[in-house]
Amino acid sequence: MSDAAANPIVRARDLTKTYGTTHALDHVSFDIEAGRIVGLIGPNGAGKTTALKAILGLVDFEGDLRVLGFDPRTQRAELMEQVCFIADVAVLPRWIKVSEAVEFVAGVHPRFSREKCEAFLSHTKIAPGMRVRELSKGMIVQLHLALVMAIDAKLLVLDEPTLGLDILYRKSFYESLLSDYFDENKTIIVTTHQVEEVEHILTDLVFIRDGKIALAATMDEVGERYAEVMVNPDKADAARAMKPLNERQIFGKSIFLFDGIERARLAALGELHKPSVADLFVATMKGTYA
Amino acid sequence: MNNHQDSAANGRTDFPSSPGRRWPGGPDEGERTRGSAPPFGGVFGRSLPLLMKREYWEHRGGFLWAPVWITGVILIFTVLGILSAEAFHASSNVHMGFSLDDLRNNISQADWSEAGNALDMAQLMFGGVTAVGVFFVLFFYLLGALYDDRRDRSVLFWKSLPVSDTATVASKALSAMVVAPVLAFVIATAAYVLFLVIVTLWAGAHGLNALPAIFASHPLGMLWRLVLTLPVSALWALPAIGWLLFWSAYVRSKPFLWAVLIPLGVLMLNWWLGKLGAPHVPDDLHLAGIMGRLLFSIMPGSWLKAEGSTVLGSHISQSLNPDHVVSTFDPSKVYGLLAEPNLWIGAVAGLALLAGAIYYRQRRIETAS
Repeated sequence: MSDAAANPIVRARDLTKTYGTTHALDHVSFDIEAGRIVGLIGPNGAGKTTALKAILGLVDFEGDLRVLGFDPRTQRAELMEQVCFIADVAVLPRWIKVSEAVEFVAGVHPRFSREKCEAFLSHTKIAPGMRVRELSKGMIVQLHLALVMAIDAKLLVLDEPTLGLDILYRKSFYESLLSDYFDENKTIIVTTHQVEEVEHILTDLVFIRDGKIALAATMDEVGERYAEVMVNPDKADAARAMKPLNERQIFGKSIFLFDGIERARLAALGELHKPSVADLFVATMKGTYA
Repeated sequence: MNNHQDSAANGRTDFPSSPGRRWPGGPDEGERTRGSAPPFGGVFGRSLPLLMKREYWEHRGGFLWAPVWITGVILIFTVLGILSAEAFHASSNVHMGFSLDDLRNNISQADWSEAGNALDMAQLMFGGVTAVGVFFVLFFYLLGALYDDRRDRSVLFWKSLPVSDTATVASKALSAMVVAPVLAFVIATAAYVLFLVIVTLWAGAHGLNALPAIFASHPLGMLWRLVLTLPVSALWALPAIGWLLFWSAYVRSKPFLWAVLIPLGVLMLNWWLGKLGAPHVPDDLHLAGIMGRLLFSIMPGSWLKAEGSTVLGSHISQSLNPDHVVSTFDPSKVYGLLAEPNLWIGAVAGLALLAGAIYYRQRRIETAS
């Protein structure tokens, strides 16, 4: 591709990673464009973390992967000037002092703004002299977020960033991210099991199952393709004949999830809803653990 | 102590905050305080000095406080010894071996020079004891340097920063070659100065002038010569630094066992092959010297062998002369070591092991636990 604007932030072709006999990633191809917030959603062991690790240059793989034009296997240090990463809260070294962490990142990262970081920290209870091991889980993630949001990076990768946090921290985490960090020049990839908390901020959805991509679409496309219909028992058989993805019962009515059926035909069956990502996920992943 | 739940009551949705402003860079007082780029380029990037600072932050206890405690304990025992000698002397009137009065009257030039040599020996002892401390500190530092952060997963944080694995490994090797030995040496020297002050005061309290003994010793000469051994010790330590860092980067668990059992296993296997009459290295002591170097050469001055001993330094001409300590560290003799292939073979092996450590640092993240 010669057109710079058309260059995706992440471009994966035939990405494959095998651990023993299991395919963590099985010939996966995808593009992630700039300015998107992509939710990478999948059951445990589906290959989400492996995909993120490949993007971050933390794991070897087969196939072709370009992140911001770099090969993460051989150019991790250069790549990390443009990419930030928050794994779950446990990864900040426990011995380090907050002031040392800030000084270190300021020294090694050319795109780090110490003022931004300190301004952000000044709205928390974190003091410069504290060690990470003295902080609560929520404060550790605040510190990590402060470090990362002060970096003017093109791509932010979040791997279960709010795992183990209470709902106050979880909510404020994503709110800070949206209001103080995200703009059209930045791209965010996030994996999480708490789908409900991210679904309203996502622009793109990728479902991954058994090392393969089960669904990759923008949220708009998802809204167009999928619909939920609440159907009275008398029309349930008619609905089943239209091959729904999923059926569940609630208050004596059936709720059917359809993929790519005309709205007009569905409306005849009953009340239409936009399906939640969680419902879509459950329907797509049916039988994963069976 | 407030905790973060408090903000729930306020209905706040941003991060819980406290009124205290302990951060200098508030939104309005922004001044560009980005870390200035240190004058390092090339493969190590500009971050090497900061990486070494990080090693110091993490291991201040071993690099700084361990030598302080070791030399502090020696000084405390020196004072206690003096106090108990005084107490014994005062309570019993018995003369132990010599009398300070005899010393005052009958001391000869030869005695002074012997006393001076004893002080040189004491100076060496302060360096030597801290060197043993440095050995233990570095042994466990290097075994954990590329392993502990994988075990607690903080490696994911370090790897999220634009720092190459080469620079990371280099910062750890240089901390072991330079930072820890130099700090220990500075502390040992300061402790020796304190020791001289204590001895001079004690002698003075008995009307004895200790200055001739100090003048007969070679404090500055010893200092300078010991400083000159530091680069030789750093080169000599490379195989152990490489060996320990390699296993630290390679293993999924228990770096200590791999690093120690493999040299032991090689020795036992060689001995067993010898018993069977199969091809083996005939010189057990030579092989033990090589294996020992993988583990023990991180001790500053470990290339020095005791008089008459042949175990470690099979080719090393250096040996400690207790009758004239300062001559042992004659720069021409110390730097004679640079002419020995032994030193350079070890250095090359050490660099190869460091390359291996970098290779596995790039690929291994997980540990077994």
